[in-house]
Amino acid sequence: MSQLILGAYAQRNTDDHPPAYTPGYKTSVLRSPKNALISIAETLTEVTAPHFSADQFGPKDNDLILNYAKDGLPVGERIIVHGYVRDQFGRPVKNALLEVWQANASGRYRHPNDQFIGAMDPNFGGCGRMLTDANGYFVFRTIKPGPYPWRNRINEWRPAHIHFSLIADGWAQRLISQLYFEGDTLIDSCPIIKTIPSEEQRRALIALEDKSNFIEADSRCYRFDITLRGRRATYFENDLT
Amino acid sequence: MNNWNFQELHETPSQTGGPYVHIGLLPKQANIEVFDNNFNNNLLQEHTQGERIRLEGQVFDGLGLPLRDVLIEIWQADANGVYPSDADIQGRTADPHFQGWGRAGADFETGFWHFDTIKPGSVPGRKGTQQAPHIAMVIFARGINIGLNTRVYFEDEAEANANDPILKGIEWAPRRNTLVAKREERDGQIVYRFDVVIQGDNETVFFDI
Repeated sequence: MSQLILGAYAQRNTDDHPPAYTPGYKTSVLRSPKNALISIAETLTEVTAPHFSADQFGPKDNDLILNYAKDGLPVGERIIVHGYVRDQFGRPVKNALLEVWQANASGRYRHPNDQFIGAMDPNFGGCGRMLTDANGYFVFRTIKPGPYPWRNRINEWRPAHIHFSLIADGWAQRLISQLYFEGDTLIDSCPIIKTIPSEEQRRALIALEDKSNFIEADSRCYRFDITLRGRRATYFENDLT
Repeated sequence: MNNWNFQELHETPSQTGGPYVHIGLLPKQANIEVFDNNFNNNLLQEHTQGERIRLEGQVFDGLGLPLRDVLIEIWQADANGVYPSDADIQGRTADPHFQGWGRAGADFETGFWHFDTIKPGSVPGRKGTQQAPHIAMVIFARGINIGLNTRVYFEDEAEANANDPILKGIEWAPRRNTLVAKREERDGQIVYRFDVVIQGDNETVFFDI
């Protein structure tokens, strides 16, 4: 009998991510460390993470179309977003907490600091959450967000996007990012997307139209997969503890 | 099909949490009532074991101004140094009344954030070493492209801190002090003050974990 003993997470490939200091995204200039990050050998602190149980969640937590609806349905394009969360070695990430937030169909956020003229929707909140299943699968339903203007350069516009956050098996996997939608022409001019150094990695944030999973007379569908860091197995010395 | 063309996947690239990160992660702070159970900054349950503490502070930018839109999470062991996680391999039972994790948003006016929690026990380090009590912290905000990881240690654990393998691994010894929270007592409550400086003089140490 042999039991799988897990070692550390593979190191983060910093070339696959935006650097901290990205002057084209102006806010990063005063919010990025001057010093280099200090890399550490992982301990139990970095390979552990909290557990969330399904009974903490409500039945509409992953249904942004209905979870804030008061006197009717929200206005906008009905879409389903689904996909798989895996680690870099291809293993499914089970029971991970996936949280999402977004603007409404006008590109307006339900947030005290958003003053954009685009109309609020009284029936749309803009947040949801879910746990991945045993296959790493997730699915949620929402209104496709509109693009919105922001003050970076004065006429800057974000492409339509949904923010997402993952808490999985190890603290080292903690990740926040944004997904975009196939074909949006604003993707090519967005300074936030351009903080990502490689074209392949920028493409990894684009959800693809999943036509065969459209639901007739109801909703369209996008497919979006997420990859987290993975742990190596240990077959010799185990130095983690 | 053969295995010679095996290709490892690339981690999904990070993007900033943006200025409205609260909508998704702390909807009540954005005045949104959607969830019955909301995550928050209180790690204490009625029967949680250990010494109650408050951890508080501000996060400052390169001009010394507090970030009023920052979101902070902490992850820590229980009072006995056990993580409430399947990946903890110590073989000791974690406190069943402690999740070890919490999330706080800075106040929109003052930039102060806080957590109500317990002081964690000491956790094993690598190769039989012992780590000083510490809390892992990650910081997300507008302008921050990838979450900044740091650790909070405690000034009244000077001896353990002096032997901590992670602190000792910081070559520039004066920078170690940026990770040590200051203890005070306020109305009978133990408070640890931990300010984070993202950029400039006394810049906090951030880790690639």
